[in-house]
Amino acid sequence: MPMKITNEIKDNTIIMTLDGELDASSSVMLDEELSDPEIMEYSKILVDCKNLHYISSAGLGVFISHLQRFEDAQIKLIFYNMQDKVRNVFEILGLDLLMTIVSDYEEARSIANE
Amino acid sequence: MNNSIRVNCTKKNLKTIRDFVTEYLHALSLTDILMNQIVLAVDEICANLIIHANHEDPKKHITLTISQVKDILQFKISDEGLAFEHANYKEPDIEENIRLGKKGGVGIALVNRIMDKVEFQSDGSQNTCILHKKIK
Repeated sequence: MPMKITNEIKDNTIIMTLDGELDASSSVMLDEELSDPEIMEYSKILVDCKNLHYISSAGLGVFISHLQRFEDAQIKLIFYNMQDKVRNVFEILGLDLLMTIVSDYEEARSIANE
Repeated sequence: MNNSIRVNCTKKNLKTIRDFVTEYLHALSLTDILMNQIVLAVDEICANLIIHANHEDPKKHITLTISQVKDILQFKISDEGLAFEHANYKEPDIEENIRLGKKGGVGIALVNRIMDKVEFQSDGSQNTCILHKKIK
């Protein structure tokens, strides 16, 4: 199994844990997860990237394609615990400036509650 | 060391290719970030060839050959699918992709930014992409 996605619900927040590698093959699963209409019922999506070991353009593309929809619905999408090598891929495209990436859960929580 | 791998055109084989590149690079003691960038660039080209040029046809194959001349790594990836039309390539506007909810189109931008030189050659039946990366 290249990718495991686990969702934990806390009040109006989804904590999505990504475990594995997001490539052209496994990102289909993430896209299905983020396309689930039920996700729009929450106001915050916190993405735990601690065990995300790899991301390719296909994985980035899934997040890029949902970003505007979440923003329009005032859903906050926040990434945290990202490994340096994965963060670097976001940085190469300047996505770190267009998405919210913070260091840990506490910071993610506090930004989500602003 | 074995420096060449041939796989059929299924997306599942991208992991096989990444593992092969990682194993080759392991001996070079690169930083985590550089190692990941190189693996990513090769993965992006292979994904394009498997998905777009060969339409995930498991009867078709791509071949990756890695070589090193002094401090320059060279990755040669060839297939027999549709040639990449480099002349039609346009750098993506990420903010516009976000506005439009566009999923694709940022892979080659990553490759161009990571690698020192990216070449595409086509001789009719065979297409080859050559990536060059200076590592010191």
